[in-house]
Amino acid sequence: MDIQVRVWRQSDSSDKGRMVTYDVKDISPDASFLEMLDVLNEKLILDGADPVAFDHDCREGICGMCSMVIDGVAHGPQRATTTCQLHMRHFKDGDVIDVEPWRAAAFPVIKDLVVDRSAFDRIIQAGGYITAPTGAAPEAHATPVPKKDADLAFEAATCIACGACVAACPNGSSMLFTAAKVAHLGLMPQGQPERDTRVIDMLQAQDDAGFGGCTNMGECAEVCPKGIPLNLIGRLNSDYRKALRNSAR
Amino acid sequence: MNDFWQDGEGIADTAAPDGPIETRWERRKFTAKLVNPANRRKLTVIVVGTGLAGGSAAATLAEAGYHVKSYCYQDTPRRAHSIAAQGGINAAKNYRNDGDSIYRLFYDTVKGGDFRARESNVYRLASVSVNIIDQCVAQGVPFAREYGGLLDNRSFGGTQVSRTFYARGQTGQQLLLGAYQAMERQIGLGTIEMNARHEMLELIVVEGKARGIVVRDMVTGEITTEMADAVVLASGGYGNVFFLSTNAKGCNVTASWRAHRKGALFANPCYTQIHPTCIPESGTHQSKLTLMSESLRNDGRVWVPLAAGDARKPGDIPEAERDYYLERIYPSFGNLVPRDIASRAAKNVCDEGRGVGPGGLGVYLDFADAIGRLGQKAVEAKYGNLFEMYERITGENPYETPMRIYPAVHYTMGGLWVDYDLQSTIPGLFVVGEANFSDHGANRLGASALMQGLGDGYFVLPTTLGNYLAAGPFATVPQDHEAVVEARRAVEDRISRFLSIDGDRTVDSFHRELGHIMWEYCGMERTEEGLTKAIGLIRSLRDEFWQRVKVPGTGEQLNQNLEKAGRVADFFELGELMCIDALHRRESCGGHFRAESQSEDGEALRHDDEFSYVAAWEYFGADRKPTLHKEQLEFEYVHPSTRSYK
Ligand SMILES: Cc1cc2nc3c(=O)[nH]c(=O)nc-3n(C[C@H](O)[C@H](O)[C@H](O)COP(=O)(O)OP(=O)(O)OC[C@H]3O[C@@H](n4cnc5c(N)ncnc54)[C@H](O)[C@@H]3O)c2cc1C
Ligand code: SF4
Ligand code: FES
Repeated sequence: MDIQVRVWRQSDSSDKGRMVTYDVKDISPDASFLEMLDVLNEKLILDGADPVAFDHDCREGICGMCSMVIDGVAHGPQRATTTCQLHMRHFKDGDVIDVEPWRAAAFPVIKDLVVDRSAFDRIIQAGGYITAPTGAAPEAHATPVPKKDADLAFEAATCIACGACVAACPNGSSMLFTAAKVAHLGLMPQGQPERDTRVIDMLQAQDDAGFGGCTNMGECAEVCPKGIPLNLIGRLNSDYRKALRNSAR
Repeated sequence: MNDFWQDGEGIADTAAPDGPIETRWERRKFTAKLVNPANRRKLTVIVVGTGLAGGSAAATLAEAGYHVKSYCYQDTPRRAHSIAAQGGINAAKNYRNDGDSIYRLFYDTVKGGDFRARESNVYRLASVSVNIIDQCVAQGVPFAREYGGLLDNRSFGGTQVSRTFYARGQTGQQLLLGAYQAMERQIGLGTIEMNARHEMLELIVVEGKARGIVVRDMVTGEITTEMADAVVLASGGYGNVFFLSTNAKGCNVTASWRAHRKGALFANPCYTQIHPTCIPESGTHQSKLTLMSESLRNDGRVWVPLAAGDARKPGDIPEAERDYYLERIYPSFGNLVPRDIASRAAKNVCDEGRGVGPGGLGVYLDFADAIGRLGQKAVEAKYGNLFEMYERITGENPYETPMRIYPAVHYTMGGLWVDYDLQSTIPGLFVVGEANFSDHGANRLGASALMQGLGDGYFVLPTTLGNYLAAGPFATVPQDHEAVVEARRAVEDRISRFLSIDGDRTVDSFHRELGHIMWEYCGMERTEEGLTKAIGLIRSLRDEFWQRVKVPGTGEQLNQNLEKAGRVADFFELGELMCIDALHRRESCGGHFRAESQSEDGEALRHDDEFSYVAAWEYFGADRKPTLHKEQLEFEYVHPSTRSYK
């Protein structure tokens, strides 16, 4: 099939950037969206032009590196699917497809479709862990974990830190990302001792990193490729209130 | 003497203690020198890589008080390729009371490696496996659990015990997040200096010791020289030399290869694991291959049409005209034969013209019987997410039509040679995880790579590296030291060379072509004739690369093609060495199948009298013959026998 893509081109963080239109011809419907961009880039290189920079690595939906807003939707039209897992059979011959980077105050553009998501790491640094120095661990079966809690913790822990939630949020909030980590660790017995400080410190770090506030719009969960549920934000808020009460005591 | 390599002196692993195998690691820990806690913060360690091996090592070393500088090419340490591992991690916990033990895991691993691994290393790996699970649980890794709240196990990769711990199909992700979070905690405390989007392009060796690396900031293009008391490489495997593999697109050999060029021996480069259940190529745009979990073979039946060239739809081919070839050839193991055997059998039927799907490169994995027997619901409960992934990629519904699968390159057992302390032949250069060659011999068992990465990083390296660092801190190396200046210049020269060729072919086009050569001649079946031919083809392609490659842009910006050019240039040299190694090993073992060395019924034939050694290669220049050093393997506990799955 033949399509057109209108791609955001920005040479570096100081450039203003613009949309540029390219024809991409003879694309197999079995190609992935990134493979379509590979084809475009091969042509751009041979034409002496600058290929489009985009982040990707695993190309199987797990590393969280790929990050494109496709036709206005973070990760594109297919639900619960990362950009790298989206295939061209979801488009038609003659389509014009817009491709843009994540846009959020906390994710500055580095080049073209590549953004800086290191703010996520700073949220984790603030408390997204359980302190367990190597060698000090008790026998694994010493503490059973109810299966229900373990399963819920796992669901929350499948977040791939792609940042689509932030890109989709009109406020540029990272609440779903933070809530997923708070829920994962807060559901495990091992995570209890640091539960209060964790939520307080991570929310502080989230503000410091320049993410916006959450006003319960729910756009984040709509685009999340891993199906992280919106109700984890409610859980985070209640954890936060408890933590504040406990620390006031 | 021959045209391709020369023979050198033997080498030996002098770090391993002798005596009873059960206590070797205890004794090594006791004899290892300790570093006074007050001295540790004066010692700097560079760790390249943040996968399971590098992430666990960096966190543990920082907790111990060392100053750690960590590097990865992704935008955050959490995206290292370990994230993609699906199936699980082995540990000899014997929670199922099914007769498992450290000794049994050791035995299975030595045997699974087709008797080409070191017993001492493997025993240690099996014994630290139990500590890994404790450590991960303490970090909050959400492993699958049973209703009673205890950890669940499954059996994996043809073993008779259930010792694999897992977190649905995302075990690697969950284990890596545990290590990543421990790392981030240390980064927050200021003990790890994290450098994401930084690529190591050269090793700095001063007076025979590894003392630093040259890195490029992938955003600004700035080249810096980073110094330390020791360097740890945890840079992963090199399966991407085949262009198409199940590895992430950025996986590369550059860190290891640069160290190899500086004198570190490279061991068993030809040992490659080819996984039988991957989604086949769909066309020339294909950029990577996706693994479908091996567990599918528990219920799926593998078949191809009986007649070559049968183009009917699978549903139109009657039972009598199908060939369930694994069940036919291996009646006792059937569809569950080990990876190497299943892969080669698929290749054979496709070579006979009986393959299915585009280009005839695929075989059916059919669930119709399982659905009939268990019901669609039960099949969905077991494999639902895998079926969904398959449909997302191929657009076909595997509940209605059989899956198509084909083997793909998955893991590389070879890597930099290390002794029992995980130290390479360059003092102060340690290698952990998939980047070293140490524990899997000629074939790795399923769920053992995660175990090795974390074993190396959490438990082995922190002890053995301490022994080396006890002699430090070493004298500061000034930035204008000859070795530092020379290493930096080498990097700068290479980059300007790439940018100035301005030819008419893209980096990817060369990489694809190299991959074809490797797959064709150094893939599932290797012959003397094919390998000799491949070496010639690789050499001329490499020459062409240096004349005709076109790398757009400049070095002072984010330039993904420049990054790729550097990696592909190193893959050319590695690919040649892999072929030479495969050529010299005139036997079949594990993932290495030489067509000339097979039994009457087509099974792999080892030659223990001649090849029971590790082949460790020394580099002398891209156009000069490498030298082969042999490390003889001794089997005191598990006696070499022939694998049989009939
Ligand atoms: C699809 C798939 C599924 C798998 N499933 C399983 C499984 O179920 N069980 C199992 O045991 N094993 C499995 N494996 C194998 C296992 O995942 C890997 O062998 C293991 O994770 C490798 O870990 P590592 O830490 O050595 O390297 P990696 O995780 O590959 O990490 C390499 C690190 O090095 C960095 N790096 C590389 N080069 C450079 C450079 N030049 N400069 C700076 N940084 C660099 C990268 O950024 C990265 O951080 C699977 C592999 C694949 C591909
Ligand atoms: S919560 Fe979902 S959208 Fe947000 S970072 Fe995690 S996986 Fe991505
Ligand atoms: S490239 Fe890894 S999730 Fe898309």
